[in-house]
Amino acid sequence: MLSIYLGIEVISNVPSVLHTPLMSGANAISGVIIIGGIILVGHSDLSHLSLRLVIGIFAILFATLNVVGGFAVTDRMLEMFKKKK
Amino acid sequence: MDAILTTYNGVEFTIGAAILEFSYLLAAILFVYGLKLLSRPETARKGNFWAAAGMVLAMVTTILLHTDTAGNYIPGGNAIVIIITVAIGSVIGLLISKRVKMTAMPQLVSIFNATGGIASALVGLLEFSNPGNESLLVTLLGLIVGSVAFSGSMIAYGKLDGKVGNISAGIMKYVNFIILAAIIGLTIYIMFQPNPQDVSLMVYILFAAALAYGVLFVMPIGGADMPVVISLLNSLTGIAAAFAGFIYNNQAMILGGILVGAAGSILTLLMTKAMNRSLINVIIGGFGGGGAATGDEGGIYKEISVSDASILLAYSKKVVVVPGYGLAVAQAQHTVHELEKLLEGKGVSVKYGIHPVAGRMPGHMNVLLAEADVSYDKLVEMDEINKEMETTDVIIVVGANDVVNPSANDHPGSPIYGMPVINAEKAKNVIVMKRGMGKGYAGIENPLFFRDNTRMLFGNAKDSLQKLVNEVNTL
Repeated sequence: MLSIYLGIEVISNVPSVLHTPLMSGANAISGVIIIGGIILVGHSDLSHLSLRLVIGIFAILFATLNVVGGFAVTDRMLEMFKKKK
Repeated sequence: MDAILTTYNGVEFTIGAAILEFSYLLAAILFVYGLKLLSRPETARKGNFWAAAGMVLAMVTTILLHTDTAGNYIPGGNAIVIIITVAIGSVIGLLISKRVKMTAMPQLVSIFNATGGIASALVGLLEFSNPGNESLLVTLLGLIVGSVAFSGSMIAYGKLDGKVGNISAGIMKYVNFIILAAIIGLTIYIMFQPNPQDVSLMVYILFAAALAYGVLFVMPIGGADMPVVISLLNSLTGIAAAFAGFIYNNQAMILGGILVGAAGSILTLLMTKAMNRSLINVIIGGFGGGGAATGDEGGIYKEISVSDASILLAYSKKVVVVPGYGLAVAQAQHTVHELEKLLEGKGVSVKYGIHPVAGRMPGHMNVLLAEADVSYDKLVEMDEINKEMETTDVIIVVGANDVVNPSANDHPGSPIYGMPVINAEKAKNVIVMKRGMGKGYAGIENPLFFRDNTRMLFGNAKDSLQKLVNEVNTL
């Protein structure tokens, strides 16, 4: 509940200049699912290649793309905004 | 001796767990703080950094300190597998994010959103078959929402990239409804199994149904509704991550996910408000076909030559540019900036009037113009620029249509009636750059084009702007 309130509180007055970076930054945060992937793979049995392990590794891979790509591209966008000050 | 060891291990376990809990909380706080900073231009970059720092913190402490129910830490071998996977993902992610063109930003945001969604779906799928899992409902919900976000984002990507067309049939409404009902039915069925692990086939069917639903729900939506869809999908990915967070009772995941969900929802509502439409209306699909004949002012439009246009511009005091999706398609952002500099050099004040839903994602025009080095204080929001319309000598509409359609203000029969628009017709002169007399996304006539103070300049936006630049240069 608190985080819903915080989310509303934080975003409600954003200038439209920042809509895209904000969206893409938030998008990167949703990659927090990576923690779930780490937990899954972390406690998997490595001695044989199980479906669980493979799917878990893919989950980490996709989530990393989301996190790293998301934050990096947001930074790139914001850098452009800053340049013209 | 044995007993002491267990106690010792027991204590260590508790401290580790406490540190881990604390680091998750700290990560969640960093997410909030980061988003807060991201909402102001001066601090946005720092905000992005802190949110990323929160993520790194949560990842590192999970690898170091997470224990399973038996109290075992993550073994070194597994940690190495995780680190290698993260490293590969990071390299790919960095490469993509550095290489992609700014004009392809909406596509990229969709792709990254899809990866987050599928990760949530996969985690849900795996956790379901974990016998120790006691939170079956959130597991299934995470799986469903993540899958919808994934396939929906992929379709959104395809549409933005022009690979997927709009398929909108009346029957789809019912198909969507049936699939949705099937998803709900399956979920309830699985929930009431004494041994849910026995019906894993059902879960795969559920997974497939959710994927299909994502495809079908985005399929009929297109064009001007894209900003709404993209922010909606973004919020779904957050919600999926939050559901997964409940499985592990993980504060960072729950708070981070809900935060993204809330932020995405607000942005979605902001976008629907900017179009004067309800979310339901957007999801159910396209502009209602009931768009009665609107162009009763229709008939004669007047063209303007490049040289006349350039003289008009060069001798104005105040020029406002209203960009739309056409600017992005023609990749004309640099050329428009060139024209802006040239005119400014001649003492003309140039500003940009930005409609909130211009383009294909929230804030699309801002990113595009920022890439071309347009200073962001020149980008004026709709309400502000509307106040200045009467004193504007020339307004140039570049590849925009519905966002400057006066029918929205004065024609109650129009499908876009009530949508806030930029009141271009109030400027002294209007130059509309378009490729032809085609209609906008809403498929309705734009009376602006037939006003006495409007002149049309046909052609590709980039070519037309380039010709204007050349012409103004000679003046």
